[in-house]
Amino acid sequence: MSVKAEPGPGDIRRTGASKPLVEVRHLKVFFPIRQGFLVEREVGRVHAVNDVTLGIEQGETLGLVGESGCGKTTLSRAIMRLVDPTKGSIRFRGEDITEAGRRRLEPMRREMQMVFQDPFASLNPRKRVGQIIRMPLRLHGAPRDEAPDRVRELLRRVGLHPEHANRYPHEFSGGQRQRIGVARALALEPSLIVLDEPVSALDVSVQAQIINLLDDLQDDMGLTYLFVAHDLSVVRHISDRIAVMYLGKLMEVSPAQELYSKPIHPYTSALLTAIPIPDPEANRRRGRVAAGGGGTPRGGVAVVGGEPPNPVDPPSGCVFHPRCPRATELCREVEPPLARYRGGHLAACHHPLNVSREETVATTRDPSSPLSAGDVLPDGAAAEGSLGTS
Amino acid sequence: MSSGPLLTVRDLGVSFTAEEGVVRAVDGVTFDLLPGEVLAVVGESGCGKSVMAMTLMGLTRFPNARFEGTAHYKGLELIDAGEEELRRIRGAEIAMIFQDPMSSLNPVMRVGEQIIEQIQAHEGVPATEARERVAQLLDRVGIPRARDRVDAYPFELSGGMRQRVMIALALSCGPSVLIADEPTTALDVTIQAQILHQIQSLRDETGAAVILVTHDLGVVAEIADRIAVMYAGRIVEQGTVNAIFYDPQHPYTWGLLGSITRVDRARPERLPAIAGLPPSLADRPEGCHFRPRCPHEFDRCRDVPPLVARIDGDDDHLDRCWLPVEEKRERREVRPGEIGLGRKPGAAAA
Repeated sequence: MSVKAEPGPGDIRRTGASKPLVEVRHLKVFFPIRQGFLVEREVGRVHAVNDVTLGIEQGETLGLVGESGCGKTTLSRAIMRLVDPTKGSIRFRGEDITEAGRRRLEPMRREMQMVFQDPFASLNPRKRVGQIIRMPLRLHGAPRDEAPDRVRELLRRVGLHPEHANRYPHEFSGGQRQRIGVARALALEPSLIVLDEPVSALDVSVQAQIINLLDDLQDDMGLTYLFVAHDLSVVRHISDRIAVMYLGKLMEVSPAQELYSKPIHPYTSALLTAIPIPDPEANRRRGRVAAGGGGTPRGGVAVVGGEPPNPVDPPSGCVFHPRCPRATELCREVEPPLARYRGGHLAACHHPLNVSREETVATTRDPSSPLSAGDVLPDGAAAEGSLGTS
Repeated sequence: MSSGPLLTVRDLGVSFTAEEGVVRAVDGVTFDLLPGEVLAVVGESGCGKSVMAMTLMGLTRFPNARFEGTAHYKGLELIDAGEEELRRIRGAEIAMIFQDPMSSLNPVMRVGEQIIEQIQAHEGVPATEARERVAQLLDRVGIPRARDRVDAYPFELSGGMRQRVMIALALSCGPSVLIADEPTTALDVTIQAQILHQIQSLRDETGAAVILVTHDLGVVAEIADRIAVMYAGRIVEQGTVNAIFYDPQHPYTWGLLGSITRVDRARPERLPAIAGLPPSLADRPEGCHFRPRCPHEFDRCRDVPPLVARIDGDDDHLDRCWLPVEEKRERREVRPGEIGLGRKPGAAAA
């Protein structure tokens, strides 16, 4: 849209590549809360997605991570145009679909498919697997006689037997059902698949199977994934970039590996320390302690206390400040913009972690910053450890 | 009582008669629970871990259920105890924290009343005193403004807060055994960390023993003292945390440990997964149940391997695998700090 002198948030992997497949600009999705008898008044708004700018490149996997209620699902649904945005724009292949009606959306819906979290609730229990997978084909007018072959091929593709087409969903385990959900999403050969917590309901050993399957399918078919998850351990294996969301806003956007070795935002760091490591010795060494839960930090990494605040009335300034161990007066007053660090790593924090003074001073305000954010970039003083980073 | 086990379970078996045949959910489960320890029961969904835990509380006495074996708690036999006796034990001596705090609290009853109900069922405490105790309990499990929250309904609280109420409810009568069935599965990671810390510090304060039923090995590594790994109704391996994590003996444990993603390590090209699916409990393979998924299967696996100590000098580390110890150590794939399912020698490395 604007002059492309400065790389946008989506240009990390393929600089100079064509336009991102999906582009979201300053997107806001608010849900009104109405109350009253006879005449309903709007008494408040749930700020589900609050000014998010994000691009997804063709062929990449973007991991979208945050705790429940952070707006990640609403954002992914808004991209699919399943909920209507309040403000901002959504582009798919460069075309603005923010206001597109049913007829204009239909050809695009072929290209974006979804895999849902709950493999038990997302498959019609009264339909045979074959019918379930055939449905999108039928809706989009595929010739009837081709369908059975296509269904068999899709089932094979996701690692099920073609004969399974005649069974009902209840005859399958959770992992197998999720494979059916993937086969259904693949039926129309989409370019984008939104995966909304596709493995959260599955056992660990089965999770790995599904992640590997998704990986293979992406390699073979050049798919683009938006992978939504509530914790950072799962997305890591599949993502090229990861966006961390909190209370409707982006906290950090980073190349996948760097997020784990060098989390800049204290919230990301909190999410990482909260994940228990399946290694008793390493856990003891890490000396994790809970803050706010009655424990006293004894030199270990503090686990963030408290809970996310109510999105009806988000805190002023940085939305994470009430739970943040590094919060200062500045954080309470001024919303931090998304600062661009080396390697296309973005973080919205006044007191960044794991970066040197030089790096901090060299940051620029990324154009994807929320419009309400201030102009104050981190000045590097905090990075020197005056707040106790050692 | 100080040194002996609190709870002694021997050859516990639970089967249900269902349409598809007899579902053997728990088979020959034997373990001791020592005072003050956290015993983690680990396994995938459908391995029988929850049925086992609920059976100890007498919560699986359905008309189609059959029980075998014994579970002794302070001289009382739990498996065939009468309803009256069980009522005295439940909540007061052995308390349970359920997985889903949304559905395990009564939605139309204030949380305080629900806890007061339990206290008064076991102790003749006047209402005002019980109420005071509830406020203290809620405060202790980390609920802010606890005194106000006594009168809150469950829907007014977040998931994490509700789980804290569940913990307060479980602790209200000072139990000596706490059974926590996936207490953090429904919660966000930051809240999960808080709840685990809470359970741990309560164990330290009250000295209650905890049976933690979970599928999350990360959680286990963090708070368990001993681990029992269950597969298809049986305990396949049992030992101290360090033994299970650093010298696992059963190939299923190897696979389980191998398939967890670790955020503190470089990511592998492919996630190691255990091929295949757990068997149906109504139709389990003969011999070792893990046989069809195990790359190390050999003739002997057609016989059921007993759960015995197989390592010299470690009588607490038990497993059900016929492979000789030396062979196991050779075959499992150990990279620094990581363990994989391994391959049968001779099989080409892909």
